[in-house]
Amino acid sequence: MKIAIIDYGAGNVKSIEFALQRLGYESVLTSDSEQIKTADRVIFPGVGEASSAMKMLESTGLDKVIPELKTPVLGICLGMQLMCKYCVEGDTQGLSIFDAEVIKFDTQLKVPQVGWNTIFDLKSNLFKGIENHSYMYLVHSYYVPEHQHSIATSEYDLNYCVALNRDNFYGVQFHPEKSGKVGERVLKNFLVNCRQ
Amino acid sequence: MLTKRIIPCLDIKNGRTVKGINFLELRDAGDPVELAKIYAENYADELVFLDISATEERRKTLAKLVENIAKHINIPFTVGGGISSVEDVALLLKSGADKVSINSAAVKRPELISEVAKRFGSQCVVVAIDAKQINGQWKVHLVGGKQPTEIDLFKWAKEVQELGAGEILFTSMDHDGTKAGFANDTLSKLSDALHIPIIASGGAGNIQHFEDTFKIGKADAALAASVFHFKEIEIPDLKSELKSKGISIRI
Repeated sequence: MKIAIIDYGAGNVKSIEFALQRLGYESVLTSDSEQIKTADRVIFPGVGEASSAMKMLESTGLDKVIPELKTPVLGICLGMQLMCKYCVEGDTQGLSIFDAEVIKFDTQLKVPQVGWNTIFDLKSNLFKGIENHSYMYLVHSYYVPEHQHSIATSEYDLNYCVALNRDNFYGVQFHPEKSGKVGERVLKNFLVNCRQ
Repeated sequence: MLTKRIIPCLDIKNGRTVKGINFLELRDAGDPVELAKIYAENYADELVFLDISATEERRKTLAKLVENIAKHINIPFTVGGGISSVEDVALLLKSGADKVSINSAAVKRPELISEVAKRFGSQCVVVAIDAKQINGQWKVHLVGGKQPTEIDLFKWAKEVQELGAGEILFTSMDHDGTKAGFANDTLSKLSDALHIPIIASGGAGNIQHFEDTFKIGKADAALAASVFHFKEIEIPDLKSELKSKGISIRI
């Protein structure tokens, strides 16, 4: 299986590569559109600020490539947010794969939310074998409100959408590569159980 | 519900753990990766590695260690110690660290915080603040708490938040090593004054201290070293006890 991790300069891609290695899969870090188009699975990571990450995608032409992919794609954290239509952070137009807006937490709780929180209302093969209310590691200030394409929900002062799916596109707000054994199971499900 | 985090801290010198470690199951008690794996399997929520080496080779040795940790550990970890430039941070993040902890260098040149936050995002910037009371005033200290400054703790904490820190790791030098509990009054004031998470450090001696720092100190996370390394407190026991006291904890 050929796995491409999109490397466009936004954040810690190494830890995803290492997590896949622990599962017994090799992957390539790449910004080359041919490599990405011909991969069997594509992982779209990202940390940092939305508008500068989007600019980096545009400068490599990947903003056109990603929405056209036919193979399963998994956006992680900012990757998931950029797959949405619009991010309030930096007034950023996203890739519009998900018809969702990403807005800022408006709460008395600490922002960013940092740490382990539970996920529930799990749908889709991405969460096969994963119990409701499993813990995942999250770091974020912006979130997707509850949504028709939601496949997992979390709660931080309010219920919000923590994973999305439409056709071959998946997005998770949490970091499966940093969420212990349960997180590794999500990655494994993406590789094995999520098909075109 | 978001859980309170328990964070063991490992001191590293020349790629090896320092301080006596009481883990009989370790084949190599000085290997940070082996120890980190045990902590990860025992429900530590995150790990902090603090490099205290002072050799010329330190950057390279540390980067190699960080890569090795990232290969084997499936929970987030922070690396600190001697970080003084954006290049230092870039090397550690590229090697697989999730966050970096910046201390003295941020006091000497506060713009470093905003430079790192701008380039890599606030989520990876932990600003470590060591402070101690002088005539009833909390003053920031440098060089592992040895060198006092005139800087007020609360003023500095607010400033680092504005500059883009994602979290604050607050160590009370008055409490560190005492095993008499965390600086809860001060922690609680910090937590009320700031909107970013606060990690409590210094003073952990028993399970009650952790309960107090979460309930009274309003800390978002608690860091400790020797109580974990010497198995005075086992993390699974600590966590189930905290959970039974109504604290939100991942088990």
